[in-house]
Amino acid sequence: MEKRVTVKSEREEYRLFRSRAIVAAVFVFIALSLVVFRLVYLQVNNHEHYTELSKQNYQKRIPVPPPRGLIYDRNGVVLADNHVEYVLEAVRDDVADMDGSLKRLMQLLPITSQDVNKFKQKLRVNSRFLPVILRKNLSEKEIAIFSVNRSRFPGFRISVRTERNYPLGSVASHVIGYVGRIDKRDLKRLDKDEYAGTTHIGKSGIEKQYESRLHGKAGYELTEVDAHGKPQLVLDEKSPIAGEDLFLTIDLELQLKAEELLKEYNGAMVAIDPRNGEVLAMVSVPTYDPNLFINGISYANYNALRDNPDRPLYNRAIQGAYPPGSTIKPMAALAGLNAGVVTPSSSIYAKGFFQIPGNRHRFRCWKKSGHGHVSLNRAIYQSCDVYFYDLAFRMGIKRYSSAMQRFGFGHKTGIDLPHERSGVMPSPEWKRKRFNKFWYPGDTVNVGIGQGFFTATPLQLAQATAILATKGHGIKPHLLRSTRISRNLPEKLLSIWRLETIGVSKPRFWDDVIRGMTNVVHGPHGTARRAGAGAKYRFAGKTGTAQVFGIAQNKTYNAHKLDKKLHDHSLFVAFAPVDKPTIALAIIAENAGGGSKVAAPMARILLDTYLLSDEEKKKIKEEEEAKEAKLQAKKGNKPASKNNKKQPNKPPKKKKRG
Amino acid sequence: MNSRPHHTTSILAIILRWLSSIDLVMVVTLIMLIVLGSLTLFSATGENERMMNNHLIHLALATTMMLIASQIPGNLLNRWSIWIYGFGVVVLILVLIQGHIGKGAQRWLEIGSLRFQPSEIMKLAVPMMVASYLSKKHLPPKFKDVFIASIIVVIPMGLIVKQPDLGTALLVGSAGFFVIYFAGLSWKWLAATVIAVAIAAPLVFFFGMHEYQRQRVLTLFDPGADRLGSGYHIIQSTIALGSGGVYGKGWLNGDQSRLDFLPERHTDFIFAVFGEEFGLLGILILLSLYIFIIWRGLYLATKGEDTFARLLGGSLSLTFFIYLLVNTGMVSGILPVVGVPLPLVSYGGTSLVTLMTAFGLIMGLRRRKKGYNREV
Repeated sequence: MEKRVTVKSEREEYRLFRSRAIVAAVFVFIALSLVVFRLVYLQVNNHEHYTELSKQNYQKRIPVPPPRGLIYDRNGVVLADNHVEYVLEAVRDDVADMDGSLKRLMQLLPITSQDVNKFKQKLRVNSRFLPVILRKNLSEKEIAIFSVNRSRFPGFRISVRTERNYPLGSVASHVIGYVGRIDKRDLKRLDKDEYAGTTHIGKSGIEKQYESRLHGKAGYELTEVDAHGKPQLVLDEKSPIAGEDLFLTIDLELQLKAEELLKEYNGAMVAIDPRNGEVLAMVSVPTYDPNLFINGISYANYNALRDNPDRPLYNRAIQGAYPPGSTIKPMAALAGLNAGVVTPSSSIYAKGFFQIPGNRHRFRCWKKSGHGHVSLNRAIYQSCDVYFYDLAFRMGIKRYSSAMQRFGFGHKTGIDLPHERSGVMPSPEWKRKRFNKFWYPGDTVNVGIGQGFFTATPLQLAQATAILATKGHGIKPHLLRSTRISRNLPEKLLSIWRLETIGVSKPRFWDDVIRGMTNVVHGPHGTARRAGAGAKYRFAGKTGTAQVFGIAQNKTYNAHKLDKKLHDHSLFVAFAPVDKPTIALAIIAENAGGGSKVAAPMARILLDTYLLSDEEKKKIKEEEEAKEAKLQAKKGNKPASKNNKKQPNKPPKKKKRG
Repeated sequence: MNSRPHHTTSILAIILRWLSSIDLVMVVTLIMLIVLGSLTLFSATGENERMMNNHLIHLALATTMMLIASQIPGNLLNRWSIWIYGFGVVVLILVLIQGHIGKGAQRWLEIGSLRFQPSEIMKLAVPMMVASYLSKKHLPPKFKDVFIASIIVVIPMGLIVKQPDLGTALLVGSAGFFVIYFAGLSWKWLAATVIAVAIAAPLVFFFGMHEYQRQRVLTLFDPGADRLGSGYHIIQSTIALGSGGVYGKGWLNGDQSRLDFLPERHTDFIFAVFGEEFGLLGILILLSLYIFIIWRGLYLATKGEDTFARLLGGSLSLTFFIYLLVNTGMVSGILPVVGVPLPLVSYGGTSLVTLMTAFGLIMGLRRRKKGYNREV
């Protein structure tokens, strides 16, 4: 090379340069072609993919939660609504001096350092363009104070939020249930789109059962946002559709009365319209305030509720499996009649106890002296245990059990509430499965009077009574009466589920049993005759006293010596009016003693409440007050009649008639 | 053009003579590119009036520099080369010392209120110096000549890498290399260089790079690995380009750009704005303009009056191509993110002035013979 070019040649160098320039031009073309290939790949082959990514960048779907449906009683009284609340919130991006503003706000308004800590925590997590709540539940005065000083706090503002509210507090809390914050478990099963903007969900009761109806349909707002998340303009929006309003079958007046009466004891009451299965009242005492749960119940409050020995969170009406005691005797009587084990006219001689042939064990009657000759009618109104020991023993557990199951015992009623329990209608198979033990004839005897392994919920008792009232036409108990999609549209009634009708060999058997029950309250020797005295209508009932504590063979029951927890449960079932029943109910007052003393008078008051017109009720009240005044006058104390009026919690025991 | 070349006393005649040293084809293409670029910049700045005013000032300044540069005779430039180069190296060292004291990256030299980026000078000074050196040698160059020429390139390049400004170092290095290439670097040596670079690249990657630079290279292979960090630029620019499709979203309608998702959208990533708003068709038109300018630059270089002129003109034209390749490659995600602007389109006065000066030089280095203009 060196030798070849010894003289610097302009021509050579020009040619050399030109060839190099041509090679360079080719290289330029190839290199830029590669870029173009890449661009074709991006802009042609993957155009749709990148368009989607671009949209994901700048289109933000802001969910708009639907307003939750309201819950009313059957007459339109609000049980659950959405409460409007004023909150103080701030958008981080708009606040110039956060710490200073907070300090000044704390001087101005009752804001705790706990509020501030929570607020700061949320600030860190949230977008700086989204509002974060500093304090909830501002009072009108606080709103006024802030409004006057608003100019001092740029970025802070007061806004409106809606929150679930139970205006009646603890009333019917076990029926309505409550909403609570959506938790991790809820998130797993929820529709993410539908609940994107929703913070609360039904956790128990009707709120949980009808969550899908109450929730409604979520709307959204499609917003264009910039890279910092700042909204620019609304591209598209869809309004949410409010949840359905629910009208329950509950009659608030009856519900309130029952809650008031049971307050003295723990217990439950269920009233059903036997014609259609509508639950007119469902009470479980003690109650709790569902408002506590809405924003996360505090540990202290929750522990207090959970550790309370009276178990207020537990819905006794559907979860409390109690020994039904004598209240099942009418159903047992029907079963016996239908099976031919007893007849309406036949009678037995009842000593104070029953013995299985060849066994010395005495199954005692509540009446130690014995009832003597008892017919079916008397066995019911006098609640003769021996008659029903004998009936069940002769019928045998299998026939007895299957006959009682037709009244719904041992099966969930299928009411529209979560966590219902089935109680136990025992059978030999059940005992083998449950305890791996044989069934003894003595077990059958106990079951005959609603004791032993036999348990039932108050709802089941009310349902069985309703079936009796309609002479076998069972109806599924339910709490939802009608729904309303919009306030401007009429309510839509829900259809009724009929159960299989109980057929009997002779229809008059029903009348025989019902006559016995009528005599319980209206007969001169009925166990609840005092509860039936002076009634403006005829009703049928049956007392029950469920043993909580087993009394040894040679001992007697003495309430005074026993711990209150071991006292008998007082039960009563009833329906009215006898010829055209419109209400059937079951009451249990825990550890209250005999059914005739406590539960039966309560039932009478409740039946009056439901069946009598307002004038009639007023008249009764006046009579009662007059009587009371007379009594007080006799004692020599001048009564303050106003005081009497102010005591709605007066123990129902004192209201006993007769 | 000039019908009466012998009467040269009137001002008009002076202007005409000035214009005669300008290549009209090149200038018209440059104007088309600048107009297209300014429209894009208007969108990319979010219709920012102040920035557009600045841009116009930059353009005026750059055009003036181009006109001045086009009047400098080649032999003068040849003689100045060593002084400009020497001055540049000294200032680069000063900048480095100043940056060392100031603790941190330092690209600017501040003299009073004037901010001055010395590495920018080297984009012109290095090819000038190498061309000046090699043009005096017998070409193709001997090994010794190539070696010395390489040292002339590597010294300022190293100083700029130290700043650290990888983009400028790359451009300065390419400018010097292209001179050696045009001087007739043998294909064997060229191949050896390519192989050497290929071997050196991993070494540089592991031992010679700052952590952030290493990250940028890694990002190229997997932009999703660090979505909000170093991968963010690439992810957003590919989204911008890809969502632009064939026809684009229309001028001022680029969502990625308008809503601030695209970072550095009026400077290094303006190509993504262009691609989003004008689509593949727009890009093909833009690239055609660029290719035409490069071709015209190479063509004008072949018309250079001597070897120095040819080497410098060729090198400057190819450096312009390197700008384009590195920037579009980076924005479309096939090259690592290196701070190189899209030439004549990205916002920023410095690179605009340098580039237009280079075009002035390319045009002015043609043979100045009587009647030359009619040859074109």
